[in-house]
Parts: sequence; structure tokens; C-alpha cells
Amino acid sequence: MKDKIVVKNLNAWYGDLQVLKNINLTIIENKITAILGPSGCGKSTFIRCLNRLHELRHKARAEGEILLDGVNVFNMDPVEVRKKIGMVFQHPNPFPTMNIYDNVAIGLRLNGVKNKEAIDRAVEESLKVAALWDEVREKLNSSGTRLSGGQKQRLCIARAIATKPEILIFDEPTSALDPISAMKIEDLLIDLKERYTVIIVTHNIQQARRLSDYIAFFWMGELIEYGPNEKIFKNPKEEITREYLKGRVG
Amino acid sequence: MEMAARKMKNHALTIYSITSLIIITIPLLHIIATTIINGVQSFTLEFFTSLPRPPGEEGGGIANAIQGTAILISLTMLFSIPPSLLTAIFLSEFPDSRFKNLIRLFNDTFMGTPSIVAGVFAYTLFVTKFGFSAIAGAFALSVLAIPMMVKTMEEAFKLVPIDIREAGLSLGIRHWKVVTGIVLRSAMPAIASGILLALARISGETAPLLFTAFGNPDFAGSVTEPVSALPLMIYVYATSPYPDWNRKAWSASLILMIAVLAINLITKYRLRRR
Repeated sequence: MKDKIVVKNLNAWYGDLQVLKNINLTIIENKITAILGPSGCGKSTFIRCLNRLHELRHKARAEGEILLDGVNVFNMDPVEVRKKIGMVFQHPNPFPTMNIYDNVAIGLRLNGVKNKEAIDRAVEESLKVAALWDEVREKLNSSGTRLSGGQKQRLCIARAIATKPEILIFDEPTSALDPISAMKIEDLLIDLKERYTVIIVTHNIQQARRLSDYIAFFWMGELIEYGPNEKIFKNPKEEITREYLKGRVG
Repeated sequence: MEMAARKMKNHALTIYSITSLIIITIPLLHIIATTIINGVQSFTLEFFTSLPRPPGEEGGGIANAIQGTAILISLTMLFSIPPSLLTAIFLSEFPDSRFKNLIRLFNDTFMGTPSIVAGVFAYTLFVTKFGFSAIAGAFALSVLAIPMMVKTMEEAFKLVPIDIREAGLSLGIRHWKVVTGIVLRSAMPAIASGILLALARISGETAPLLFTAFGNPDFAGSVTEPVSALPLMIYVYATSPYPDWNRKAWSASLILMIAVLAINLITKYRLRRR
């Protein structure tokens, strides 16, 4: 079990509002880590710090260390960080004017891959890993926006996989989907952890329970508790964690 | 009692609205109808394909004006689209720049510039040195088109959700490539509409062409020569004492009107399809 990401004393702000307070956390390779907590507790901000999207928002800044394979991402070129950390968003957001094929291929193309066969292979491979290939292989030229919500989200997963990241972060990937589509995405996440380190943000307690190996519970910008799934659910140390898991707060 | 008064007010306002609508629509319909009735009279193949005859002589056409308008519009697109696009990208994709508001102020001021001023500007800049030319005419039209295009293109970029940009960035793509390869592509339908609408607006401009493109009774051989244009030709023919020329001015107006209507319909259809 290797430490993939080590977060040390991470603080983040939007203007004067501090949204993350002194976060310390280690994310293990090839496991699913769930970032759990109510809305507005800093979950999304936390993962957006990992791939340095946070700092792009107006007046947003972050301090501390995020060691990715031992290297502080704040000292890296953000583009290089994001090549290693793929991301899937809450609302499925395929690129609107591109067909299914281009949606998956665009990351490679814009990063300078010109070999048509290599791109073909990557597109097929990524769509297969995202469990979408069989549904779209006949219509790779049709628009990505015509797919169903769940298919769109799997297309976004394929898009994220195509550029060969090592880590995949999912920001509430199923909250905009119907239960059946959500279940397919959850099954997919479990498959994905064999190849990738997976981080999923969720406020759905049962989803965190079903999916994750490790759980980090956030509350009001602080990391309250972090540990293996079973330990957090069976024997939480903190009162607030227990209350949240029972559905009494949040 | 109060209920009745309210109903009265309601009726009065409805009648007022409908009357206003009719008052506004009648002149518009009248213009369209008159143009069609007077315009179709001279619609012959010769009218579209041949050059004008000397005053007083019947027949002849406006092929030179159609060619001129085509040249002017093409050159205007060439001059105005690239700088408008880059300005719009700057305004919408680099939002923390200090110049942003200043540029917007300039642009909005420019948009209110009377078209004759654009003509004078092009005159002093080009015509005094190089003489009348299609280039000078297109430059004057570009001065009018650019502020409109910047505005609509900026809006087009802003319609692209921030999610799309972040999705691009999260793939490890550089900012400028996300803008040119993803955001631009996503905004393209709206950008194309903006371009078409600006062209529809300027294709009827006469004032800026009077002392830049100047007009030409013959086909223009190159873009450095004076060219005719539909609005210029309408201006000259409509104010002439020859009935035949007056009729041709109506027909040219009809062509211009149909072209602008077509552009507007295409734009509308495209927008609706999205």
C-alpha cells in the first residue's frame, strides 16, 4: 500500500472566507477514498486543490503542501498535475459541439498526439473501460449531448481516462443521475480502482459506505475524521461523525 | 365596483397595446409591400447580370453593384472577424485583466458612432493617400462591424459554461488550447450568428461608402479600385431624374431586403436548432 497523495496543512480561501482549515490526509494508491460531508463543508474545494483548479476561481487561493508521489503540486506546472489527475464533474459535461469520438480524443489531440491509430486505440480502450463502448460503437460520430445522463457521465469518464491519468477524482458523479445510471457508475468506480487511485466526493452516506475503502469526513471546512470504511462506520471517534452518519445533522 | 374598474383598466391597456402594435407594424408592412410591388417590375435576368447603361437609355442592370457589395462584405469579414474574435477572447477568457472595463467602454462608445463618422475616418486614413477603393470602403464598414461583433462574440463565449473550461483544463490541456480547441468550438454557432447579424446590419450602410468605395459604373478589377455597392447604387438611382433608374433603385432595394431577411432567418433558424 503506497501513499499516492499526502496532504499537509492545507488551507484554502475564497477571498477572506476560509473554506479549508489545516487539512492533513494521506490518500492510498489503488483504493477508493470517499470525501464525505454535508454541502458547503469544503469537499469540492479540497479535491479542486488537488488538481489546482481551485486557484482559477476569482480571488481563490490555497496554502500548504500536497505531495503527489512526493512532489509538491504547488511547485509543479499545473498542466502536468492535471495530466496525472483526471476529473469527472457533478453534472455530466461532454463538450457540446463535438461528437462522441472527439469528446474522448480531444485531450490527446490538444496535447499533441497526432497518430490516428494511437488515438483510435485510446478512444476504444477508454470507452471500454468506461463501460460505454458497446452502447456507442455504432454512433461515434453522433453528438455527445444526445446520450442519456448516465451515458454522458460515462463518456466524461472515458474522456478523463483517455489522457492516461494515475488518479481519478469524481465530484458527486451520481448526484444528477437516476438510481439505475448511478448504480452503473458506482460499479464502474469499483472496477476503476484496479488501475487508478480513485477519490470520490459525496454527501451520500450510503454511497460512501458501499464504495469506499477509506473515508474522510469533512465538517465546516475541517477534516473531522479519516480512516478505513469499516472503522468510520462502526466506531467513529468523534461525536459529530456519529451524528452525521446517523442522519441527525447535515 | 372595484373589480369592474380593474377590468376596465385591463381592457384599456390591452386596446392601447394592440393599437400601438398596429401603428408600428403598418409602416413596416407598407415599406415591405411597396418595395416588393415596385421592385419586382425590373426583375429580369439582364438586371442581375449586366452593367448599367448610360442615363436615359432603357435596360441594363446592376451586376457591378452586386459584385461591389460581395467584395465589400468579403473584405469587411476579413478585416473585422480576426480582431473581433481575439478581443472577445481577451474579454471573456482573461477575466481578471484591468483593461477589460476600459475596452468595453471603448467598444460601447464605438458602437454608437454615427456611420458617416466611420466614413470620414476611412477617408482621412486611406482615401486622401491612396484614392477611393474597395479597401477603404471595407475599412469604414469594419469600423462599424467590429464593435457589434466584439459584443456578440463576447456574449457567445460567456454562454459556454465554466464547467466546459474546467473539464478542458482538468485534462491537462494548456489554457490557450482549451480556449481555441474547446471553448471556441463550443461557442461557434453563436459566434457565427453574431457575424451574420453584423453583416446584415452593415450591408445596407450607405453613408460610410459615399466617400470611400465611391461607386463605379463598371466592374471593379481589383480591391484598390473604387467599387459600386447596392446601397450606393440605390442612393444614386433613387435621387436621379430618370424613371427607369428609379425603378431599378426599387429592385436593388428589394434584393438588399431579401438578402438581409435571409441572413436574419438563417441566424434565427440556427439559434433555434441549438
